[in-house]
Amino acid sequence: MITARYHREIPQRYRLEAGKCSTCQHIAFPPRPVCPKCKGRSFDTVRLSDEGKIVTFTIVRVASEKFSKQTPYAVGIVELQEGIRITTQIVDAELNKIEVGQRVKLVFRRIQEDGRAGILCYGYKAIIA
Amino acid sequence: MIGIVGYGAYLPRYRIKAEVIATQWGADPASVTRGLQLFEKTVPGQDEDTITIAVEAAKNALRRAQIDPREIGAVYIGSESHPYAVKPSGTILIDALGIGPHVHVASYEFACKAGTEAMYVAYSHVKSEEMRYALRIGADTSQGAPGDALEYSASAGGAAFIMGREKVVAEILHTHSYTSDTPDFWRREGEDYPRHGGRFTGDPAYFKHITEAGKALLEKSKLSPGDFRYAVFHMPNGKFPMEVGKRLGFTKEQIETGWLVPWMGNTYSGSSPTGLAAVLDVAKPGDLIFMVSFGSGAGSDGFTYRVTDEISKVQDRAPKVRQMLDEKKIYLNYGEYAKFRRKIKLND
Amino acid sequence: MRDVAVVGTGMTKFGELWGQSIRDIFVEAAQQAITDSGVDHVDSLYVGSMSPGLFVNQEHLGAVIADYLGVNPIPATRVESACASGGAAFRQAFLEVASGASDIVLAGGVEKMTDGADVTDALATAADQEYEVYHGITFPGLYAMIAKAHMHQFGTTREQLAAVAVKNHRNGAKNPNAQFRSEVTLAQVMGSTMVADPLRLLDCSPVSDGAAAVVVASLDVARKLNKSFVKVIASAQASDTIALHGRESITTFKAVVEAVKKAYKIANLRPADINLVEVHDCFTIAEIVVSEDLGFFEKGKGGEAVAQGLTAIEGGRIPINTSGGLKAKGHPVGATGIAQIIELYEQLTSHAGPRQVKNVRRGMAQNMGGSGASCVVHILEAQ
Repeated sequence: MITARYHREIPQRYRLEAGKCSTCQHIAFPPRPVCPKCKGRSFDTVRLSDEGKIVTFTIVRVASEKFSKQTPYAVGIVELQEGIRITTQIVDAELNKIEVGQRVKLVFRRIQEDGRAGILCYGYKAIIA
Repeated sequence: MIGIVGYGAYLPRYRIKAEVIATQWGADPASVTRGLQLFEKTVPGQDEDTITIAVEAAKNALRRAQIDPREIGAVYIGSESHPYAVKPSGTILIDALGIGPHVHVASYEFACKAGTEAMYVAYSHVKSEEMRYALRIGADTSQGAPGDALEYSASAGGAAFIMGREKVVAEILHTHSYTSDTPDFWRREGEDYPRHGGRFTGDPAYFKHITEAGKALLEKSKLSPGDFRYAVFHMPNGKFPMEVGKRLGFTKEQIETGWLVPWMGNTYSGSSPTGLAAVLDVAKPGDLIFMVSFGSGAGSDGFTYRVTDEISKVQDRAPKVRQMLDEKKIYLNYGEYAKFRRKIKLND
Repeated sequence: MRDVAVVGTGMTKFGELWGQSIRDIFVEAAQQAITDSGVDHVDSLYVGSMSPGLFVNQEHLGAVIADYLGVNPIPATRVESACASGGAAFRQAFLEVASGASDIVLAGGVEKMTDGADVTDALATAADQEYEVYHGITFPGLYAMIAKAHMHQFGTTREQLAAVAVKNHRNGAKNPNAQFRSEVTLAQVMGSTMVADPLRLLDCSPVSDGAAAVVVASLDVARKLNKSFVKVIASAQASDTIALHGRESITTFKAVVEAVKKAYKIANLRPADINLVEVHDCFTIAEIVVSEDLGFFEKGKGGEAVAQGLTAIEGGRIPINTSGGLKAKGHPVGATGIAQIIELYEQLTSHAGPRQVKNVRRGMAQNMGGSGASCVVHILEAQ
């Protein structure tokens, strides 16, 4: 993981900072330079809520090298209170008890590491509320 | 009045029973649990570490303190399992919580008392009027060598405390530290697991330092054990804190609220801080709390607190320790535990 | 824009081609196509390939191909749109001939996936690196989430997903170039190893090597070649958000809907006018959802349709993936879009042998990238 590439996404991954269009109020996460709704170019920073519900999910059993020691693990699309959807792991749960529609909370966890000597990468994951 | 304005703890949901570890290594499960007075311990998830634990504990402390994170002037995290050997855990925590960037950050280590020594420094900064608020956290995901006695107790968890002068919920009355060169337990640079001196860790180390710091604290405060409602000591196993408390003149009733170790294990730098948090969860205005930590190597930090009227306003603002200890537990078998704790040699 | 035809085709077998490099397989397919077409030269070439850089450490593929095919100094460009790279390459070739800029263009596709790269990692580059892949999602995982949502919303069943694999294997068994030439049963599909709940190994298209190429020419050139050819009567493409979580709906591929809408408009046709379609079945659920989005079945009824045999060669209302689809034919990513065109060409020129659908006049090819962020649709008509 190239450190600059990781560093740029910290406000989004650590604090869920999104961009709210000053013209049409549409919220984009992660923030965009151009508003997807009205093509506006000016934004305010807002922090998304840390609560939401599961829209859909799967249990990954065959993963890439980086995540291979964590299988099986659940990944889902969670819709936060603002209506924004994010992709995130669902952890600390019995895999066969996860259901579409369940309420979740986002917590701060280690997402991946760049091998044994590279940087540690953090971000959000969901736990069943 | 200077003291704690917000506090919070975090414990992972995973557990492993002492009897499972005992069976794995051919020890008698009943003797182990009886001898250590320890039934199960917390295990960090594969995606948890000292930093993620510190962040969750600090979030709870902020929920209770209800202050603007940017008002925090210093962040000190004490641990013996900082994820980086060079790059303070606090640098990641501050960005996660929106603290700083105009803030002082440092990492502390002193075996199991890294958390309380950070408390001493944070308190001193507020006392000297150097800053309005200071945050200190004791958190660990300590490792016990496979098959070693410490494997039964080495666990994960942490507690965070924000020091300040406004809306103090527990005033710090006195502090005292006692330190000496006593090599009871240590880890050399580069080694995976610590080593210890067996029974030498008892009287010459744990008991000596807590007792000396404790006696000095009682003298400073001109109080006697009976004046305190609660007493919290470092908890390496179930027996030691009860015994040292007795030696200092405290009763079982005073010690048991903060006595989490039989179900939590030894969270090292999180040990007495989490015990303190558990006490604050139920304390009433006017209660006096006596706390002495212990860090191998060796040293003890002692504190006396007086709970204020503000306490009842903050207790329910965040999850309580007992709740985190007792609810939503997920039990692991030894294989899962070994995988989570990276005790298995991988091909990388 | 003037009329464009497909005048010749060529492809390698799809499968694990250990003895051949990416250059070898592309040249083999391209030579076949050129010979088949009877043209004596090509004006330019487009090669669709998703990630030769990650799979075999080779970029600048257009230059490599032109060199090894012996066609320097014609312009040669690699086109990329993840799994829709082949379809996108075909579209570029179509546009270059339709515009009058060239008369004869080679459109090819190739992927060499078995040389040791981490395939899961490489394929995941088609998704959102920072907000999907960073969190541990895989390609099967993305489609598994679509499957779960479709099952939750419309009651699509595990058996219906499996029916797609069974049908495509039955078709693939009749395709000499297919990677898998054996049939599978419903029980085998439902009992195969779970990859990402609810998708199992046999719900997923395989890892394959392969190359395919077609020669695209103006109608004038086609007529002079004195052989069968097929007319391209519509070419369309559309895009959607990169991340699955950014879509308006998880159970509809908007890029497919938009692309096919344009294609029907250009050709002035409706779904009922199409006689067969090659659909991007990277996973069984994809075929079900796309069959709805292309307008052949009501939203939510794609699963029932395949289970009822409506998409089979024999007795089907609209045969889907007579080639065996990505599932049985194989999915050398960049080559897939071109291989779809080739199947339509064979069917429309009555050369599909045991896979032949009767009375076909018009065929559609739908090629899709990532979890639906890009889609290319072509309609071909028999002459």
